[in-house]
Amino acid sequence: MKNEWPLWEIFIRGQHGMSHRHVGSLHAPDAEMAIKNARDVYTRRNEGVSIWVVEANNISASSPSDKGPLYEPSESKVYRHPTFFDIPDEVGAM
Amino acid sequence: MYAQMIKSEATQDDPEKLAAFQARIDAGEKIEPKDWMPEGYRKTLIRQIGQHAHSEIVGQLPEGNWITRAPTLERKAILLAKVQDEAGHGLYLYCAAETLGVSRDEITEMLLDGRMKYSSIFNYPTLNWADIGAVGWLVDGAAIMNQVPLQRTSFGPYSRAMIRICKEESFHQRQGYDAIRKMAEGTPAQKKMAQDALNRLWYPSLMMFGPSDKDSVHSAQSMAWKIKMNTNDELRQKFVDQTVPQAEYLGLTVPDPDLKWNEERGHYDYSDPDWSEFFDVIKGNGPCNVDRLAARNKAWDDGEWVRDGLLAHAKKKAARKVAAE
Repeated sequence: MKNEWPLWEIFIRGQHGMSHRHVGSLHAPDAEMAIKNARDVYTRRNEGVSIWVVEANNISASSPSDKGPLYEPSESKVYRHPTFFDIPDEVGAM
Repeated sequence: MYAQMIKSEATQDDPEKLAAFQARIDAGEKIEPKDWMPEGYRKTLIRQIGQHAHSEIVGQLPEGNWITRAPTLERKAILLAKVQDEAGHGLYLYCAAETLGVSRDEITEMLLDGRMKYSSIFNYPTLNWADIGAVGWLVDGAAIMNQVPLQRTSFGPYSRAMIRICKEESFHQRQGYDAIRKMAEGTPAQKKMAQDALNRLWYPSLMMFGPSDKDSVHSAQSMAWKIKMNTNDELRQKFVDQTVPQAEYLGLTVPDPDLKWNEERGHYDYSDPDWSEFFDVIKGNGPCNVDRLAARNKAWDDGEWVRDGLLAHAKKKAARKVAAE
């Protein structure tokens, strides 16, 4: 086994008030270095005000074959969208 | 552009799955790393993204060469920022390649032992400061031609890497044009240097798009898979059409006596580069092939103790933390 640094997934908060968003990944020996590297790689042009780093092998993900069972049930529930309901014009904005 | 002569891998997958896969691509869907994909698609992409990444990294060498000798502090800071961007571009692309199941060390070693290539352009030297301007203007200009359409490529991680890269690449081309413009508008000696840089880098820049379409045998499959978006000749023509007026503005002459506007086609007619030179450079016989690979190998070998040391330190710290809990 070679001494390869682990892979980290990088999440950046672009501006105050926004949530952190996945921007990419990088290799680093530990979390502290991952943050330093992320600063150099992903925020060279004021792209961020906060950085999260997560070691990639700690992330669990749904599998593409689960697409059906996971997301199809919501397709038949159109009443969850406000536009499902007709509100008379006389009632005004709602 | 940074990927030249990428061989499409033959694919021997279940025809039904292949058809469904092609239908997804035709519908404009993005393919993500965990999705089913033909082995040929995976292998071709590793080779293409890897070659692109290697080009970004090796491409730092001809420019890094001039950081300490930039004519002013401002130019030095700009060049430093540009070369740092190239490291970032290499990194975005390596990460995209890694999602296809190749490790960073594997792909790095394939560059170092010559199993993988980088763009032919970086085997040409940067002899003086005018070359740095010309590299930004022409080489990054050619790169953009190819990278802009690749933002729409079918493989999600590759597409996202391209979007990031394109955002930064325009700075590279503009700083190059700005640097060479200073020289073209300078003293007669400076203008001569600018012309000389254009003379030497024009044809190598045209070569970046790869061989002519009639000799480019691997395009059809890659285009069907949307990992190649335009043919080599389409992009080369676009580059010529864009660059000639920019050269004219500088008062510089493109070193091609047969270059002329073709009213009927609505494009410039231009001369092909010397393709035998291109194939020779690809084979390893360009002016700087040996130097470039030696520099990358040295950096990798010299850095080994740092990589190992930092990892050992991280492990020790982690163990101490566990012991304390």
